[in-house]
Amino acid sequence: MLIRRANRIAHAEVTPRRIYERRREFLKLAAAGPILGAAGMLAHGAAAQEKTLGLARLEGVARSRYSTDEPLTAYRHVTTYNNFYEFGTEKDDPARRAGRMRVRPWTVAVEGEVARPRTFGIEELLAFPLEERIYRLRCVEAWSMVIPWIGFEFRHLAKLVEPTSRAKFVEFVSALQPENMPGTRLPVLEWPYVEGLRIDEAMHPLTILAVGLYGEVLPNQNGAPVRLVVPWKYGFKSAKSVVRIRFVERQPLTSWEKAAPHEYGFYSNVNPNRDHPRWSQKRERRIPDFFARRETQIFNGYGEQVASLYAGMDLAKFY
Amino acid sequence: MPPAAKHVAALKAALFVVALAPLGRLVLGALAFPDWLGANPGEFIDRDTGRWTLRFLLATLAVTPLRALTGWGWLLRLRRMLGLFAFFYGVMHLSSYVAFRRVFDAAEIARDLAERPFMTAGFAALVLMVPLALTSTDAMVRRLGARHWQALHRLIYLIAPLGVLHYWFMVKRDITQPAIYAALLAVLLLWRVAAWHGRRRTARSRSPARADAGRTGPLTGV
Repeated sequence: MLIRRANRIAHAEVTPRRIYERRREFLKLAAAGPILGAAGMLAHGAAAQEKTLGLARLEGVARSRYSTDEPLTAYRHVTTYNNFYEFGTEKDDPARRAGRMRVRPWTVAVEGEVARPRTFGIEELLAFPLEERIYRLRCVEAWSMVIPWIGFEFRHLAKLVEPTSRAKFVEFVSALQPENMPGTRLPVLEWPYVEGLRIDEAMHPLTILAVGLYGEVLPNQNGAPVRLVVPWKYGFKSAKSVVRIRFVERQPLTSWEKAAPHEYGFYSNVNPNRDHPRWSQKRERRIPDFFARRETQIFNGYGEQVASLYAGMDLAKFY
Repeated sequence: MPPAAKHVAALKAALFVVALAPLGRLVLGALAFPDWLGANPGEFIDRDTGRWTLRFLLATLAVTPLRALTGWGWLLRLRRMLGLFAFFYGVMHLSSYVAFRRVFDAAEIARDLAERPFMTAGFAALVLMVPLALTSTDAMVRRLGARHWQALHRLIYLIAPLGVLHYWFMVKRDITQPAIYAALLAVLLLWRVAAWHGRRRTARSRSPARADAGRTGPLTGV
C-alpha cells in the first residue's frame, strides 16, 4: 500500500530558528527601508542609488540653497534624450555619437574686455569649490527635466580675469571638432555654436559653469567637460563643451538668432506668455510623463531670483 | 498570371497584420516596455503616428504607378486598406496631440488651429480624409457611381501635400526627413502628370484622320 506523506517540507524551506526569532525586527526593517532610503537620498542631495555611466566621481561637493527638491529626472533620460546639434538633430544622436569627442586636454580661453585674460586648463576648473545645483531645465521644445548639476558660479571665474567697465555682454563659444562631430557637416546652424548673456545675467549667482552630473564628471553628450547652465532660460542658451569665453561690449549674435531671428531671441527667457511662433509655450512635459500637464512658469520658476534683471523691459519684445 | 482570389485574401490579411504592427509597438511600449518609447513617450507617439499616416498615404498613392509599371492588377485590391490605415493613423495622431500634448485644453487647440497655418493644414488633411473613409465601402461606391466616387477620391491629391506641408513646417531646423517625404510625393504625383500627358498624346496620334477631317471639313463644305 502506498502511503503519501502529504505535508513533507524540504529542510531548505524551513526558516532557520535564529532568523525566525528575529522576524519582528525583519519586518520593521523592511518597512523602514524605503523611508530610510528616501531620507538618505535627501540627505546626500544627488540620488546615490541612480545607476550612472560610472564616470570619474567628483568629491567634496557642497549642497546649495538654490537646489530644488523636486524629484530628479532619471540619469538615463538626462543622458540619452537631449539636443547637442554638433552630433545630429535627433534626441538620441548625442548619446550615440558624442563618445568620439576629445575632452582631454581641454582649455577654456577667457578673453576680451578683461584686465587679466587667461586660459584655464580643465584641471584648474575642476579645482574650483564645487557645488551641486539641482535645477529645472526647460527646453524650448516644451519638455523639461530636473537635473543635479555639479559646478561653480560663473562670477567666481569672472572675478579672476577682472572684466573692464566695457564688458557689457559675455559670449560663450562651444568646441568645434568637425572630424568628431558629424552634425556640423549639415548647414543646420553656423558652427562653432555661439551663445551669449548680458553681463548681469552672467554674473547672477544662478548662472553656473557645470563640470558634473549626478556626482560624476559630465558625460560627453551633456557637454563635457565644462558647460554653461542658466536655469531660467531655454536649454539652448546653456552652451555645451565651452572652449572660449569672451567679455564684449556689443550684444553677441548667437547661433540660433542667426538661424531664425524671429523664432529665437537673444534673451530666450522661459516665458509661457510668449509663444514660439510655431508652438505654444504654456505647458511642458516633465520627462518621462506622457502628458504635457505642467504649466510652464515664467523664468522657469526662478522669477524671485531673476525677475529684477528685467525690470521695465518688455519681455514680449525682448524675447 | 493573376493570383487566385484566395491568395489575394491571404495577402490582404497579411497586410492588415503588418499595418497594425506600428500600433502594436506603441501600445506595448506604453503598457509594458517603456524603453521602446524613450524619455518622451508622448512626443514619440505623436511623431510616430504622424509619420505612419504619411507613409500609408504615400503607399496608397504608389498603387497606381506600381500597377502600371509591373502589370500587377491585384495591387489595386490592397489600396482601400492602405488608405483606411492612413486615416486610422491620422486619427491616432490627432488623438495623441489632443490628449498628450494639449491635455484636452480646448482653448489652446482652437488657438493652434486659428493661429498656426501648419496645424490648420494637418487638421484640414485629416478632415478631408473623413469623406473618403466613409465612402470606402462597396455599397457607397455603387451608390455614388464610379465617376462621382473617383472624383471625390481625387481629394487625396490635396490631402497628401497638406500632410507633407504639415510635417515640413513642424520640424525645428533640420528638414531632411520631411524633404524625403516631399520628394517621394513629388515622384508619385509627377508620374501621374507624365502618364496623363502620355495618354493625351497617344489619343491624339491615334486619330489623325478625324483631326484632319475636322480641319478640312469647312473648306470642303465651301
